[in-house]
Amino acid sequence: MTDLALAAPLARETSERREVAPIVPPSGIGGHALIAVIAIMTFLSSLTLGAVTLVRDTARDWQHEIAREATVQIKPRNGLDMEAALAATAAKAAAFPGVTGARVVDDQATQRLLEPWLGADLDLAALPVPRLVIVTIDSADPPNFAALQAALAADGFGAALDDHRSWADRLVAMAHSTVLAGIGVLGLMLAATALCVVFATRGAMAGAGHVIDVLHFVGAEARFIAGEFRRHFLLIGVKGAAAGGVAAVLAFLAIGFWSSANLASPEASQAAALFGRFSVTPMGYAGVALIAAVVAALTAATSYLTVIAYLGDLDMRQAPGG
Amino acid sequence: MIRFENVGMRYGMGPEILRDVSFQIPARSFQFLSGPSGAGKTTLLRLLFLSLRPTRGLVTLFGKDRAAITRKELPGLRRRIGVVFQDFRLLDHMSTYDNVALPLRVRGREEASYRSDVIELLKWVGLGERMHVPPPVLSGGEKQRAAIARALIEQPEILLADEPTGNVDPPLARRLLRLFIELNRLGTAVVIATHDLGLMEQVEARRMILAGGRLDIYD
Repeated sequence: MTDLALAAPLARETSERREVAPIVPPSGIGGHALIAVIAIMTFLSSLTLGAVTLVRDTARDWQHEIAREATVQIKPRNGLDMEAALAATAAKAAAFPGVTGARVVDDQATQRLLEPWLGADLDLAALPVPRLVIVTIDSADPPNFAALQAALAADGFGAALDDHRSWADRLVAMAHSTVLAGIGVLGLMLAATALCVVFATRGAMAGAGHVIDVLHFVGAEARFIAGEFRRHFLLIGVKGAAAGGVAAVLAFLAIGFWSSANLASPEASQAAALFGRFSVTPMGYAGVALIAAVVAALTAATSYLTVIAYLGDLDMRQAPGG
Repeated sequence: MIRFENVGMRYGMGPEILRDVSFQIPARSFQFLSGPSGAGKTTLLRLLFLSLRPTRGLVTLFGKDRAAITRKELPGLRRRIGVVFQDFRLLDHMSTYDNVALPLRVRGREEASYRSDVIELLKWVGLGERMHVPPPVLSGGEKQRAAIARALIEQPEILLADEPTGNVDPPLARRLLRLFIELNRLGTAVVIATHDLGLMEQVEARRMILAGGRLDIYD
C-alpha cells in the first residue's frame, strides 16, 4: 500500500497481535458428534484388530501344539497280545527318525479317559477298547508319516497312525476364515468412518458456504481452501482417534486383568485352553496406535478430497445454465 | 482492460437477464452502473468478477478471453479484481483486521510481512481503533468500510462495488464516495453499482444504465 500511504500517515501497531484466527470457524462445524463417531469407530476397529490378533496367535499355537504329537491306535482282536503289541509299537515308533519319544497310554489313563462315558467300574479286559500310543514329534525335523505308518503296519498289529493333520487343518482353516472376516470387518469400519467424514465435511461446507464464497472471490486457490478444511478435520480426527485408541487400550488392560483374576475358575480354564490367555502384545498396542493414526489420516485426506470435489462442482456450476 | 461484446446471460432455461450487452472498462476509469431492481446489475457484476460465465458473447478480461480461462487461472485473475458486496460478506468469527488481511493470507504470505499494510489501510478507512473487534460489533458503515478495505488490500486494478452506500446515511455515503474517488485518482478503475441518483449527481462520471436486460451508456 505504498500509494495509499500518501493518504494517511503510517502509524505502526506496536502492541503484540494475538494468534491469527483459523479460517474455518472452530465451533459448530463437524463438532463433538463427529469426534464421538470417530472415537467409537477407532475403538471398535481396535477391538476387531485385537480379536483378529488373538485368533491368529491361537491358531498358530494350535498348529504348533498339534504338530508336536501324533497318535497310534491299536484295535483289539482275537489272539493279539495287546500289551506286547503296545510295547513293541512304542519301541519301534520311538526309534524312528524324527520321533523324540513314544509312550503307551496305560490302563489307568485309558480308564480315566473313558470314565465319563462308561463309568468308574470299567474292566478294560472285558471290552474291546482300542489302545493308544502317544508319539512325540520333533517339530523342527518331523518324521515321514507315510513311512512311519508303513513301518508300524508291517508288524501286523493293525496299528493306525493319526498325525491329527486333518483336525489341525480344519481348525486352522476355521481360524484363517475368522481372521479374514475380521479383516473384512476392519475394512468396512474404516470405510464407514471415511463415509461419516465425507458427510460431516459436506455438512461443514454447507454450514460454511459463506466462508468458501469469500475465500473464492478473494482469490484463494482450491488447494488452500481444501488445506484449511483438512487442518480443521485433522484436529477432529486426532482427538477422536486418540480417545478411541485410549479407550481400546484400557479395554484390553481391563479384560486382561479380569481374565488373570478369574484364571482359577473352570470356565476360565476352558476358555484359556481354547484361546490361550487373553493378553495383548506390544505389537497389539502398536496396532491400536496404527489404527488411530490411519483413522486420523483418513479423516484429513477424506475432508481434503471432499472439499476439492465440492469446489470443482462450484466451478462447474458457474457454467451457463447452472 | 475489460471488454464485453454482445454478451447474453440467462439462468437455466429462464429468460435472458442480459441481452447484447457491449461495453469497455478502460484502466483508471470511473463509472456508475445503475438501473431498476431486477435489471441485471448483480448478474453483470458477477460476470465481471468471474463468478459466472456468459451464455453467449465475448468477454475479455485483462486481455484474456473468459471462455479460455482455466480453473487454475481464476484465483490469479480474481486477485486483480476487488469486490465490495452489498451484504459485505465479512467473516464473523474473525476480527476486522483478519478479514481485511484475508486476501493476503490466502496467498500464503506471513503475517509479519503485511501487518503494517493492513493497519495502515484500516486507519485510512477510519477503522484504526476498531481493527480487533469482530464484524458483528461494527456498525453498518464500519462494515462497509471494512469490506472496502478488504477489496483494496491487494491493490486491485479494478474495484467493483455493489450498492456501497445502500446501508449508510448521506454524510457517510459522501465520505465513501470521496474514498472511491481518491482510490481512482491513485490508479484503480472503479465500477459502482447503485440506485442512488443523489450519489451519481455528485460526480461527473460515465453512467451505464441497465434496463430490460439492455445496457445504455452515457459518457
